[in-house]
Amino acid sequence: MEKTSELARLAEVIAQYRDTPGSLITVLQKAQGIYGYLPQDVLEHIAKELVIPTARVFGVATFYTQFRFQPVGKYFIELCKGTACHVNGADTIERTIREELGISDGETTADGLFSLKCVACLGCCSLSPVMMLNGETYGSLTPAKVRKIISEKRKEAGSNA
Amino acid sequence: MLEIKVGQGSCGISAGAAKVYDALQAALDADVKLSVTGCIGMCFLEPIVDIYDDGKLTRLVRVQPKDAQAIAQYLQTGDEASVASLKISAEDSAFLDKQTRIALRNCGLIDPENLDDAVAHQGYAALRKAVTEMTPEEVIEEIKISGLAGRGGAGFPTWFKWNAARQSTGSPKYLICNADEGDPGAFMDRAVIEGDPHALIEGMLIGAYAIGAAEAIVYVRAEYPLAIKRLEKAIADASAAGYIGEHIFGSDFSCGFRIKAGAGAFVCGEETALIESLEGQRGMPRLKPPFPAQSGYWHKPSNINNVETFANVAWILNNGGEAFAAMGTEGSKGTKGTKVFALTGKIKRGGLVEIPMGKTLRDVVFDIGGGMRGERNFKGVQLGGPSGGCVPLAGIDTIIDYKALSATGAIMGSGGMVIMDEDTCMVQMAKFFLDFTAKESCGKCVACRIGTKRLLEILTRICDGEGREGDIELLEELCSRIKENALCGLGQTAPNPVLTTIRYFRDEYEAHIRDKRCPAGECTALVRYSIDADKCRGCSLCSRKCPVNAISGEIGKPFSIDSDACIRCGQCAAVCKFGAVRKG
Repeated sequence: MEKTSELARLAEVIAQYRDTPGSLITVLQKAQGIYGYLPQDVLEHIAKELVIPTARVFGVATFYTQFRFQPVGKYFIELCKGTACHVNGADTIERTIREELGISDGETTADGLFSLKCVACLGCCSLSPVMMLNGETYGSLTPAKVRKIISEKRKEAGSNA
Repeated sequence: MLEIKVGQGSCGISAGAAKVYDALQAALDADVKLSVTGCIGMCFLEPIVDIYDDGKLTRLVRVQPKDAQAIAQYLQTGDEASVASLKISAEDSAFLDKQTRIALRNCGLIDPENLDDAVAHQGYAALRKAVTEMTPEEVIEEIKISGLAGRGGAGFPTWFKWNAARQSTGSPKYLICNADEGDPGAFMDRAVIEGDPHALIEGMLIGAYAIGAAEAIVYVRAEYPLAIKRLEKAIADASAAGYIGEHIFGSDFSCGFRIKAGAGAFVCGEETALIESLEGQRGMPRLKPPFPAQSGYWHKPSNINNVETFANVAWILNNGGEAFAAMGTEGSKGTKGTKVFALTGKIKRGGLVEIPMGKTLRDVVFDIGGGMRGERNFKGVQLGGPSGGCVPLAGIDTIIDYKALSATGAIMGSGGMVIMDEDTCMVQMAKFFLDFTAKESCGKCVACRIGTKRLLEILTRICDGEGREGDIELLEELCSRIKENALCGLGQTAPNPVLTTIRYFRDEYEAHIRDKRCPAGECTALVRYSIDADKCRGCSLCSRKCPVNAISGEIGKPFSIDSDACIRCGQCAAVCKFGAVRKG
């Protein structure tokens, strides 16, 4: 919550929704949009501003899978574990990602580049197994294809650094 | 006039449709009309490019950006040879020809981001008719004649819910659309919103008029960013055109409209949990009664239907309830109209299938879907996601009807249809769903919170080779207790995947428990790798790859695997060039 520009944007969001009852989830979504995740002090700030008990704000935030409480890497991988993906080998894909990156579901690599999250269903079942990387969908995955995507992103990050 | 349409649903885009669109834009003459359309429903052929020449359709499939030049040449010269390899085969065309599209009537036909295109295809005609020529009671009566029932899975008569909300005395009233399509393996609603958002808006406004609602709200999954984007645009366009807002079509009917993005919780598909979430709370179900029709959103009369249900409404008013009721199974208790299924898994032709009720599962899987992908045989079809069940080959002639499907132990569900072959372990399948429901259980009632966890533990133990005699009976007893005692529909149906797999594949459970064997070869702990001496050339590749040195032998002679040392990682089978490593 250090940066004033972020705080100013959050203040705008709170001002917009303060008087609309039932807006807590929307405010949390926008706050996550600003910070990339929901830091504890931001949650406390929202609770105070909306005059909602802090426990309730935490209760709502932790109920929904969309909300994160740790920063995520530059490349955020959402691996689909839906039924169609399960039948078509999502577990093998998860193993490949784990081997390549050395992280499990919900973790971020030490260099801060990649985060992995297993999600229920992305709704692109015809292309299963599927993953989303920073919102872009990659379908019909194979271990080789996943390794290629990861190494491309590594290169991309390297050339930008 | 020449018109080119590129299918751009989420799946089309991830298959590369946006790149194809850009390539076409660069290659085509400026006078050719190029536009985007929603999901055509033939996901196995994406990216798809449709060429309309004065209404005559030429469909090109699996188009790549590099094909843009050939397409441009074809348009200039009319010489089909340049695109011959891209043209859809007659066999694949049959996938669509065999369907009856009502909810999906405009998907893949219109530009979802263009209101005029929707209006040119009868968009908002039914709304005009309803608010200017019909009373709310007449609208409800027409829906009653149609026999439309909730397409979210439960199959409750739509007119009954509308009527209950209409009769309810509180004010204001709310009309809510459940677009929180959380069933893994289902994407019908996403396709409707991405392909024809105006059909949803129109159906909702007609529903709002029927019950007397002042506001309509769509609760959409946050995982569907494209659907939200297109729906936002559609709402803005419809508002600007006067279809949403004050005095719609000059009548006394006024209605607001907004989107609420969900935040990821499967239980929010349950209507009272959805209402809690709309109010900014944890999505935990309420006890019913009172039903939402009496006390829903902010404890006011509310009506909730799912996307596909609303997508049928305008068609019913335009064509009459009787035309809709003419499709489906016989009798007043029959299931009327059509149903959209998302056909996926080990199927040859996967995608969206809309067919009249009363067809059989065989029609969908083998006739339209073309049967199995790959060489393995059909084992079962999973219907209704985590609340549904698996129907085996013996049940493939079951007709698609709420009652007939329930009799198999599965349910109609929202439309997910996942095909499994012999490589799928049914105990793993049950474990997969219980892992899902245990994670997604909201925790409010003990039966679901603890019951699903215990089911998962027993299933995990069986898959790990530690199953005990009596585990099947224990599962069955636990399942019946959860069904009896869970608070909401999700908990009550959570045992269905376990019960149906035990009912139809009991021998597989027994093989895991008694013989410590997984017939499908999917449970890692129960798999045994061995080397076929006849096929092995003694190259030593597997031995060098083995991370625990469990494979030994002499170069040029058959190698062997020490089963006790083997950790069953499967790398030997993956690297062997001669197919000599057996799994079983």
